[in-house]
Parts: sequence; structure tokens; C-alpha cells
Amino acid sequence: MALNNPQPDDPSRKQRFQWLTVAAIFFFALLGVRLWSLQIIYAEQYQLLSQKNRTRYIPIAAPRGPIFDRHGQLLVDNRPTFTVSVLRQEVIDKKILLQRLAIYLDNDWQQLESDWNKLLYYPRYRPIPLKSDIDRTLLEQLSENSVNLPGMLIEVQPMRSYPYHEVAAHLFGHIGAISEEELNLPQYRDYRAGNYIGKSGLEKHLEHYLKGISGEKLVEVDVKGKELRQLQVRAPLPGKSVFLTLDRDLQLHTEQAFGNQSGAAVVLDVNNGDILAMVSRPAFDPEMFARGITSNEWNNLVNNPDHPLQAKAISGQYPPGSTYKMVTALAALDAGVITPSTLIDCEGKIAIGNRDYRCWKERGHGLTNLNKALRESCDVWFYHVSLMVGIERMSAMARKLGLGRSYNLPLDNEQAGLIPVKSWKRKHYNTPWYKGQTANAAIGQGYVLATPLQLAVMTATIANGGTLYQPQLIKRIEDYTGNILKQASPIKLHESTLNQRNLSYVKHGMEEVVNHPRGTGKSSRLSGVIVAGKTGTAQVVRLKDDPEDGEKTGKEEEISYRHRDHALFVAYAPAQKPEIAVAVIVEHGQHGGSTAGPISRQILKHYFDNHQKTIGTKTTQQPLRSISNGESDV
Amino acid sequence: MFDRRLIANFDWTLLILILTAATIGIINLYSSTSSWDISSLPIYLKQLYWLGIGFSIALCLTIFNYRHLEHLAIIAYVSCVGLLIAVLFFGKTIMGATRWIDLGLFNIQPSEVMKVVIIITLATFLSRHESPQRYSLTELIAPGLLLAIPVLLIMKQPDLGTAILLLFIGITMVLFAGIRRSALIVLSLLASCAIIGGWFMLHGYQKDRIRTFLDPERAPLGSGYHIIQSKIAVGSGGFWGKGFMQGTQSQLSFLPERHTDFAFSVFAEEWGLLGCTLLLGLYLFIILWGILIARKADSSFGMYLAIGITAMFFWHIFVNLGMVIGLLPVVGVPLPLFSYGGTSMVTTMIGVGLLLNISMRRFIF
Repeated sequence: MALNNPQPDDPSRKQRFQWLTVAAIFFFALLGVRLWSLQIIYAEQYQLLSQKNRTRYIPIAAPRGPIFDRHGQLLVDNRPTFTVSVLRQEVIDKKILLQRLAIYLDNDWQQLESDWNKLLYYPRYRPIPLKSDIDRTLLEQLSENSVNLPGMLIEVQPMRSYPYHEVAAHLFGHIGAISEEELNLPQYRDYRAGNYIGKSGLEKHLEHYLKGISGEKLVEVDVKGKELRQLQVRAPLPGKSVFLTLDRDLQLHTEQAFGNQSGAAVVLDVNNGDILAMVSRPAFDPEMFARGITSNEWNNLVNNPDHPLQAKAISGQYPPGSTYKMVTALAALDAGVITPSTLIDCEGKIAIGNRDYRCWKERGHGLTNLNKALRESCDVWFYHVSLMVGIERMSAMARKLGLGRSYNLPLDNEQAGLIPVKSWKRKHYNTPWYKGQTANAAIGQGYVLATPLQLAVMTATIANGGTLYQPQLIKRIEDYTGNILKQASPIKLHESTLNQRNLSYVKHGMEEVVNHPRGTGKSSRLSGVIVAGKTGTAQVVRLKDDPEDGEKTGKEEEISYRHRDHALFVAYAPAQKPEIAVAVIVEHGQHGGSTAGPISRQILKHYFDNHQKTIGTKTTQQPLRSISNGESDV
Repeated sequence: MFDRRLIANFDWTLLILILTAATIGIINLYSSTSSWDISSLPIYLKQLYWLGIGFSIALCLTIFNYRHLEHLAIIAYVSCVGLLIAVLFFGKTIMGATRWIDLGLFNIQPSEVMKVVIIITLATFLSRHESPQRYSLTELIAPGLLLAIPVLLIMKQPDLGTAILLLFIGITMVLFAGIRRSALIVLSLLASCAIIGGWFMLHGYQKDRIRTFLDPERAPLGSGYHIIQSKIAVGSGGFWGKGFMQGTQSQLSFLPERHTDFAFSVFAEEWGLLGCTLLLGLYLFIILWGILIARKADSSFGMYLAIGITAMFFWHIFVNLGMVIGLLPVVGVPLPLFSYGGTSMVTTMIGVGLLLNISMRRFIF
């Protein structure tokens, strides 16, 4: 026992107790200093981190702006859709969830997994969409079974909707999810992964107006990213409303008039350049892109030989064929090398250099003046005249009428066409210009290329007396409260410098094309309204060395479809007081008069049937007799 | 045999200090687990129940004279080492570590029992081998072995936290007993070598913890997550705290292990530096009171026993708080009376019972 007795007086033991006490206090002081550093010195920094931990800004997508026609008819809109998504943190067993979902979505679960893996770059709290736009039955099934599908989420999302599907598809273009590369571009700085952007057409070029400003909500989340309560909301602002110059009904009719044929048509208001209809056939349904196009659908579009994705009205460049003859005639008249009564004897061909240039009518037109040459599309007359006026003056006239240039419409891939001059050939081919090429150009073949839009502009310019208007597609842009942000007014690119007398000779010829018994464009004659027009044929393949209008008559059954010529028709009406101009091209349609003409007729008929009350009755009452005796000119 | 003076000498101060800390701990548990929707008994009630059991054990431990433990030391030590060996062969593996023996009714954690047993064993050894001279290197071999055997066995489980605690408790007791300067220098050198050598013996996850302690941002979502979230919780509490049940880090589950090892972070977030200082003061008071009990103990054995138990409390508190506030690497050490867990509560209350026992016999000769 004695050994165990403490020795309180032992000085070294006393000292050791003191050491122990000091050490304990020292270690606690260490903890205290550390706490002071965390909770006082760095408190603000940690408070910020804690705030960042628990709150999250969730973007609220802004509805994209709607697109209307000139009368306020809705063409493009948004509709609510239901999307099946997965919130990663809530998923208990990924494989089981995907396998179960695969049954409902009628998909392969490995496919779902690969869709999932593609979107792994999304922030953790952002749901991953697996299937968009599910129908109501599926929605109900999934909602009922959501207990068995932990992590699944059904989101309501606005989806771009195109109620008329293929109608004007090339104008609207399509939207799609922003790609990782696009996210890095400066113009998409405000965008986030998963946002939809315009990828082509108006959707792309008017993105700035259409996109709207997305809202935001500040939510409190737990560690799993689950939203617990909403702290703040900033409502999204819808995109701007765009009103086009398009007339919905006219556009619809124009699309229908094509039937199964491929091609393009442009309808212009001749007095201000408004584009009333612009059609490219075949087309696609932009909604396929809005909901996510399948690879099958995509392959069908890409592999279709008729190029449904191409906006032929502005990017298709065709030889204008005989529709170019107005250019040649006006150039010659303005240059004074001919008069309306200049007679040329058409024997079916002429020799230029060492080659024969043929007329489409093998036995010839006989003695022909300007009027007859236009009406019956005599090639030989134009060969002769072109040699007198020369390529430079012809091309200058073409430019005056609006050919050979781009109009910078808010669309993709608008082409400028080609109006050749000598210097151009020297520059591109380093060869001199030959006379035969002038003759070819005179009938819109050879190097000459024009888009349907340009042909419509040319026709409108002839119709209105020579004033070149900028073709316009957008009439006005309003914000969602109705404030007008942008109002288009007619833009004159240049005033008329044409001799009105000369112009009237050409216009008279165009009237006879349609209204004269021997006119090539009889098929587009309209009762009640005098139509002026011009047929054309654009060669697809050169079967012979020298291009001639309609030369292959009789052999066409043997020519395979892909090798058949394109048919063209340009027209304006009413002839006396023109309102609208039309350019139609039917690919592989062979003859302007027989395939393009009827389409033009349907367009004009619809226009005048529905505008009967608004247009002046004077023009429609003009008797046809006054011009149908044009034959007497010869 | 039972002396009335024992009741008169009962150490009410210690009891009140302990119960205050336990009460704060349970209130804190109430807050940190309030968002849990569990159908069974809430955590804070379970802790209250464990406190009841622990308290009963503590009171039972005051009835007999602690000196009898001296005679039990060797048997207890041998059987506990036996249990530790048994664990290695028959132990129940939970989350990669084999620490438990299934006794049918409940699981027993021999390493936890060893904490108390090693204190009793070393107290017995040190009190019997007291000499005016301090311990030389050769004299330290015996207590060194007594300590090293369980430490190595526990490390093997692996349970680094308990092993280190055991080591710290033993070292504290031996240092208190006194070591010659020459021996101290040699041992320090040996320890340095052991630390360097020990690095290579650590398990991957243990190395990871130390690496992430040195640089938590290295794995912000992996093993560094605990430290980062805990520091955010503590730091964002500021001076006044966010208020009871208002801690966003804990209430929204950003803080992991918030009812066990990181219980203090919840407290720090909700009560701020003010609350932390008071709690730290309370714990310091308990430690200093334990040292006082040792000083006033009626025998050398009692003194060493009290020192050992106080050291156990101290190292638990320091290692846990150091870990939670990013001073020390993450080792799974609970904060006595604060972290949820029956084992920790029972061990702590056994210590409290022994301290009360020593304290109430201070004037009896």
C-alpha cells in the first residue's frame, strides 16, 4: 500500500501536472485559433461557398418568337411538349432504370445509355433528355409508374411547331440543339448547353429576334440537386414576333400547284418587292429537326436526288433559257441596233463561225419581227440581234433588270447567278470571248445562270417599268407587347433608266406569248385578267453541241427523267397595271409552256380570285381583242 | 463497507460537466438529423437511450473501489488481446474493416474495450514500477510492448484512428510517468523513422486521407469532399452562427457523416464561434478537472488511471475537432458525448465512472 501512496509534495510530479495542464490549454488554444481563422477571418468566403452550395440558378427557356404571314396568319409557333428526362443524382440503378424505360419508350436500353453518355457534359443537376415530345398515353403510363422509375423526370418544354409542316420549309429553316463548338462562338455567349438555336433559314438569320430572353429561377437545392423551394424568379421574355411579306394562302397554293414535281417558284409584288410566296420543292418538315431527327429520316433527306434540303428558289442556279430573251431584246432596242419592226428571216438555223446555231423550230419561223420572235420564241432572230448588240450591252441590261446579283435575304446560300462579260471569261478561263457564246447567251444558255428569285425580280422590274426593288421577306418585327421594332418599307435599288417605249414593245410581246393563238405560253392564259409571260427551257445535258430551245421534241420519251430539260415560265399580271410577278421552274419539266405555265396560271388565278375585290376592275375588263391581232405586225 | 463519506465526496462538478456536454450533443443531434425521415426511433432519442445506459454503467462503476481493478489488469489485458486476435480471424467485416465480433445479441468492438483496458494495464504497470529515477530506454521496453501489441493488432484491422488514439494515450501516460532525456531523444528519432517507414505500411485509403488532408482540393468530390464541406460548414457559421436548425450545410445534407464524426461541424455552423468557444471551454474544463482528479487521487494507480482516462478524452476531442476544422487528416474518431454512437458513449461513460470513483475516494486514506 505504501508504495501506492501518492507523493503530493514530490516537486517533479507537481511540475509534470503543470506541464500537462499547459499542454492541454495549448492544444485547445490551437483549436480556438483555427476556429477563429475559419469563422472570423475567412467567414465571408465560406459563407459564399455555402450559399453557392445550396442555391442554383435554373434557366427557364424563353418561348421562341412566332412567325406570321403578312396578314397575321400564324406560320410558326411553339407548343408544349413532354420530355422524358433523367436526373442523374436521383437514379438508384442506372441499368434497371434504362431497361424499364426502354420498354415504355420502345427502344433499346443500350441506345438510351449511349444517348445518356453523349450528354454527360451537362451540369450534374441538369436533367438529361432521353425522348422528347411523348404522347399523352405514354405520359400517363410513365406518370403512373414513376415510383418504379426513380430518377425519371417528365419535363414540360416548349417545342417549335410548324403547323403547315413542309410549307415554306426552306424559308423557316430549322432549329436544333446548340453544339459544343457553337457554345464557344462569341455570338452564342448567352446560351447554355441544351438550348435550341436556329440552324438554317429565318430561324438562323433572325435568331437574334426570335430567341427571347430566358428567365431564371433561384432555387434552394439539397446535396442531390433536388429543388426544395424557389427563392426568386425572373420570368422569361418571349422572342419577337416576325411578320413576313408572305401570303399564307398564296404560298399554300403555290406549294400545292407543284404536286409531285420538283422545282421552285417565286411570287413578287412588282410595286414594292415584297415576296408573296417562295417555294422550293420537294421540301422537308422542319418539325423533324425540332423534335430530333432520326438517322433514317436524315438519310432519306440527304440521299433524295431531288435535294429536299436545298432552297432552290434562291440557291438553285439555272440557265434562264428563253426567259432571258427579254434582256436581249431590250438591250438591242436600247442600243438602237433594231426597231420593233426589224425583220429577220428565220430558216431554222444560222451559221456563226464554223458552227450552225439552230432554231427550236427546224423548218424556221420565216420573216420574224420582235413581237413574233418573243411570242414564238424564235431563236434565230435573237442570234442575229445578239451579234448586233454584243455581249457587254446584253449583260449590262441583265444587271439593270436585277440579274447576276445577290439580294442578301436573311436566308442561307443565296446565289448570285452568272451574267457573263468578256472580262469575266478572260479572268476565269483566260480565253477570248467568241461570237457563238454571245448567241448562246442571247437565248439564256451557255454561261448565263439565274436563280428563280432573280427571274422573278427581272419580270417584276419589266412589269413596273424598270424600277429595281429590293425583294423583301420581312414586313415587320414586333415585340410581344406589340411595339414595332422594325418596319420594312420598299427599297428602290435603282430607278428606271429604261426607255419606256422600248419596254412597251417587249411587254407587248410578252402579252402575246400568253394571249396570242400561236403564243408559246397559252397554257397560262387566264380569263378576266390579261397575263404577260415568257416560256423557257433550260438544258440539263448537252445532247448536241449547240443549245437550242425545245430542240429535242419527239425524243423526250427516250430521254431518262434525270436528263430532261428544266421548264421555266415567268409572268406578270395584270398586263396593263401589273401587280404581281411570278417565276416558276419545274425541274425536268421539259417545256415551259406545258409544265411551268400551268403552275404559274394557278398561282395567278388564286391571286386574282382572292383579290378580285381589291384590285382595280379597269384592267380586268380590258378586252383581249386589242392585242390578239398582234399578228398583223409581221 | 460502503462509506457514507463517499456520497458526501461525490464529484457533482464532473457529473454536471459531463451531462451538460451530453445534453448539448443530443440537442445538436436533434438538429442534424431532423430532416431524416426514418420510421424507427429518431437518432437523438437513441443517443439519449445510450446516455442512460452509459450513465447507469458509470454509476455502477462508482460502487466498488477502483483499486480492485489493479488485480484485474493482467487478466483483462490478456483476454482483450485475445479478442483482438480473434477479430482478425472471426471478425465481422463492415466496409472493408474487420473490427467487430458478433456475440449474437450485439456486436462487440474489442479495440474500443482495449482503450479502457490499456489505461488500466499501464496504470498498474506504472504505479508498480515507480522510482525516483525516470524511465531509461531499457525500462521502457516492457510498457512499450504492452502498448505496441494492441496497437499493431488494431492497425491490422485496419482501424488507424483507434490505433493512433491508443498510442497517444499510452505515450501521454508514460511521458507523465517521466522519461530520461537520453531515452526521449532516442525515442523521438525512432518515432521519426517509424513515421517515415509507416507511410509505406499504410493502406491506400489511409494514404489518400493524409494526401487529401494536405491538399483537400486534390479530390473535391472524393475523399477531400468531407474536409471541404466541413470547413465550409464551420467557416460559414461566422461569429453568431446560422441559428439552431438553420445550418444549410447540414440541413441540406451537404455535410457527410454529420451525426457521427462531423457532428461538431453542425454545431459550429449553427452556433458560430460563440457557441464553439463555449463548447471548447466546457471540454477544456472537463480535461482540467480530470487532471485535478489525478492530482488529488489517493494512490499512484488512481493517479495514472485518471491521467489515462483524461488523456483518452483529450485525444478524442483534439483529434476529432482537429479533423473537422482541417487541422488534422480525416481519421474516424468520434467526439465524446457529441457524436452519435453507442460504443463511443459507453466507453466515455466507463471513463467518467472511473473518474468519479477515483474522485470520490480522494480523501480516504
